[in-house]
Amino acid sequence: MLSEKSLAEIARERAKYPADQARSVLLAALRIAQEEHGYLSDAVMEHIAGLLGIPAIQVYEAATFYSMYDLQPVGRHKLCVCGSVSCFLNGSDAILQHLSERLGVSPGETTADGLFTLQEVECLGACKDAPMLQVGDHYYENLTQESLDALLAKLRGESDDVR
Amino acid sequence: MFVNGVTLQNRGLPDSHRLSVYAGTGGYDALRRVLLDSMAPDQIISEIKKSALRGRGGAGFPTGLKWSFMPKGVTGTKYLLCNADEGEPGTCKDRDIMRYEPHRLIEGMIIGAYAMGASTGYIFIRGEFVEPIHIVEGALEEAYAKGYLGQNILGTDFSFDLYVHRGAGAYICGEETALMEALEGKKGQPRFKPPFPASYGLYGQPTTINNVETFASVPSIIAKGGEWFLNLGKPNNGGTKIFSVTGHVQRPGNYEVPMGTPFKELLEMAGGLRPGRQLKAVIPGGTSTPMVGGEAMMAVTMDYDSIAKSGSALGAGSVIVIDDSVCIVKVVERIARFYMHESCGQCTPCREGMGWLWRVMHRLENGQGREEDLQLLLDVGSRIEGRTICALADGGVAPVVSSVRLFREEYEYHIRHKHCLVDGGAV
Ligand SMILES: NC(=O)C1=CN([C@@H]2O[C@H](COP(=O)(O)OP(=O)(O)OC[C@H]3O[C@@H](n4cnc5c(N)ncnc54)[C@H](O)[C@@H]3O)[C@@H](O)[C@H]2O)C=CC1
Ligand SMILES: Cc1cc2nc3c(=O)[nH]c(=O)nc-3n(C[C@H](O)[C@H](O)[C@H](O)COP(=O)(O)O)c2cc1C
Ligand code: SF4
Ligand code: FES
Repeated sequence: MLSEKSLAEIARERAKYPADQARSVLLAALRIAQEEHGYLSDAVMEHIAGLLGIPAIQVYEAATFYSMYDLQPVGRHKLCVCGSVSCFLNGSDAILQHLSERLGVSPGETTADGLFTLQEVECLGACKDAPMLQVGDHYYENLTQESLDALLAKLRGESDDVR
Repeated sequence: MFVNGVTLQNRGLPDSHRLSVYAGTGGYDALRRVLLDSMAPDQIISEIKKSALRGRGGAGFPTGLKWSFMPKGVTGTKYLLCNADEGEPGTCKDRDIMRYEPHRLIEGMIIGAYAMGASTGYIFIRGEFVEPIHIVEGALEEAYAKGYLGQNILGTDFSFDLYVHRGAGAYICGEETALMEALEGKKGQPRFKPPFPASYGLYGQPTTINNVETFASVPSIIAKGGEWFLNLGKPNNGGTKIFSVTGHVQRPGNYEVPMGTPFKELLEMAGGLRPGRQLKAVIPGGTSTPMVGGEAMMAVTMDYDSIAKSGSALGAGSVIVIDDSVCIVKVVERIARFYMHESCGQCTPCREGMGWLWRVMHRLENGQGREEDLQLLLDVGSRIEGRTICALADGGVAPVVSSVRLFREEYEYHIRHKHCLVDGGAV
């Protein structure tokens, strides 16, 4: 269910916590599993419960509480646009609308080709560089309509490379 | 003025996150002094007390006093935690400390661990901060390699292990006890306090938790003395503080200035307002602190006491500047949405109340407000305040209630005319 690489990474994380505190590695295990599978299916969550020796309910509880876990498949690139106050004051609504028009989806939806999921999220801690969005591991800041178009082109290009 | 001189002093240097660069500017000298000249733990705590350093996470609790609460002679592990969950709208300073000065944070934590007898530490970094996470992890590796972390640090009998724990997306995990729950692999729901972490913390063990900026202030205090730090600021408000100035200013950014700096000067540093604009309101300490009217704010100096006198709080130093181009109802509706979204749900007044406040704000903003709605907002607010487990709910009430009091006319206009007094939304 999980690759050798993922298991090794979970073991490395496990070593950070006391021997009798297996549950502490849960957030890391969910992240690592999601990175491998794209989202957290019931089967993956049950597998993690077995791996850590904790009841499955504890895994579901955590997976449903934290916003970075996806319990359903999402697009290859999740565009998370910050809509909190500092970004709002610097025009985040227009950023969201521009992306929505370009991609032909509303916030919360995924494009038909499965490439992009558009989301509005709360503050990402980069308020001085507003407006901003997060895609995967990266923050893109001081956004303009032009830089957004360039970003979409870049992300589409990367996806072509993969195919 | 003494600007960017403490926690962000190396920000401008190339590769400032590397140990070699940090060491080249005196980094880890304080730790060496503490361990090799055997400065007693109590002496460290008394220097911190003298410095009047107060918690930079927002509550402003005196750091030296908090450190002195850690019990002595207990069996089992004592823990030291760093709160790097930074998530309050307008707050974006800890990210820069971690990106530019990770070793300053690490050195501060090692000194703290020594002073309090902690043997294990975790830096809890919000999961979205992938870049800072990698930088801090790299810095930890460097510190281990140099013998600043791990067993028998610098050949002494002091040992301390320090790890990064990644969050997974939940503002509430910045509340210290929720953070501990999350570290234990649970839902991040705050615990009732007391007991405070020093008596019952991570895994039920004695624990101290501080903000990134608090720890990053420690090496300079030990190197130059508590007196030096205190005198940078003013009595009871020691040192410098990073202010994250965002919103309607021309040069948003992190400005580290002495406590007591006039707001007027800080605003100038941030490039001032845009041409032709008037200052309407300022949220001085992040969205959980009350709004202050523009005119009143111009008379405030940036320290705990002066901002408290203006009816608000310094909080995490997250200064959100709002000019006259935007409708206050719309701004507050957006802030209310945040608290509704982030309530952890375990207290009824918060879980229901945050949604209630947002729904009333939403209908006001959309031209469906009623005359009695303003009183309703104040009533709902007063029934939430002080009745919940953690401070999130009070933080959600503050912007709503303060704005109704300050901008009642604008709210009333909204109700009567079913649209904004100001035509534009934002920008
Ligand atoms: N940096 C950020 O992103 C955010 C910061 N905040 C700030 O957090 C503040 C609220 O934080 P809280 O931790 O709820 O405040 P608090 O006043 O309960 O505690 C502050 C610190 O002092 C300690 N403490 C307080 N009284 C104590 C006592 N009698 N004995 C021992 N220790 C004691 C607590 O353990 C804690 O570490 C707000 O004022 C807000 O400004 C809120 C949201 C986000
Ligand atoms: C809802 C809520 C969120 C918080 N978020 C943070 C945070 O992101 N970072 C932080 O340092 N403190 C945060 N705090 C304050 C912490 O509970 C705690 O007071 C702080 O970490 C103590 O460190 P300090 O004394 O160095 O400030 C939050 C408090 C509340 C009530
Ligand atoms: S006040 Fe809100 S966020 Fe805090 S514990 Fe209660 S429900 Fe959770
Ligand atoms: S308000 Fe958008 S990053 Fe903080």
